[in-house]
Amino acid sequence: MMTPMQDLAFAALSGIVIAAGCLIAFSRNLVYSAFALLGAFVGVAGYFVLLGADFVAVIQLLVYIGGIMVLYLFAVLMTSGIGDVTLTNRSIATKASAPLCIVLIILLGKLIYTTEWYVAAEPTEIAPTTAAIGNALLTEYLLPFELASVLLLGTLVGTVALARRGVKVIKKS
Amino acid sequence: MVELPHFLIVSVALFVLGFVGVILRRNLIVVLMSIELMLNGVNLSFVAFSRYLGDIQGQVAGFFVIVLAAAEAAVGLAIIILIFRRRGSVQTTRLTDLKDEIHAA
Repeated sequence: MMTPMQDLAFAALSGIVIAAGCLIAFSRNLVYSAFALLGAFVGVAGYFVLLGADFVAVIQLLVYIGGIMVLYLFAVLMTSGIGDVTLTNRSIATKASAPLCIVLIILLGKLIYTTEWYVAAEPTEIAPTTAAIGNALLTEYLLPFELASVLLLGTLVGTVALARRGVKVIKKS
Repeated sequence: MVELPHFLIVSVALFVLGFVGVILRRNLIVVLMSIELMLNGVNLSFVAFSRYLGDIQGQVAGFFVIVLAAAEAAVGLAIIILIFRRRGSVQTTRLTDLKDEIHAA
């Protein structure tokens, strides 16, 4: 199903993505975390390509890296002194939360290995998916699609209303 | 050979790393970044299932997750900017106004 080349790509992507994830979760420097996030997004986009999901991969690149990533960088640069490493020090809650994380890992790992995943006998050929996704969006998923557009409009207005500075009212005397 | 469980393992790894970030870190921006990481992990499993089941619906779900993530990031970061303007800090440890004063000490 997958050629050795694809196996190699999978291994490389796994390395990138997991290293980036660790850096986000554990790095004490906010800027490192932000750039590691970039690596994680690119890695996941690579997985999408590997899985033959061309449309989702391109959307991932456009929206995450072109939009969300830039937003995060702006927020990081606006809200903190970059040199101040102690800003993001880890907290005392480590002891309490470590068991929680371990339980989560064990639960999800057990889930993966004990479930007999149903896999289609013949994996479909890798083909352009845009037309199929467009059809699904405008037939079966029309309501969620419209709701998403309303949500985006609300977000647009809400974000501007939240983040702008107060408007000065000039009184005419 | 890379099969479905391999993708799921990476997906779980991303999700757990994001989860760790959300509970451990005390900087609101890093908390939001970790949430993005969790969303990406889930998205990866959606698309992997879509591929191995030969069904497009997983990719449609992934598409909607990306839309929601964009909205969440925009509003979340706007709120963070507001908090920073008002407090001069985005540490969660300093946002304890709703905490009972008796126990806060």
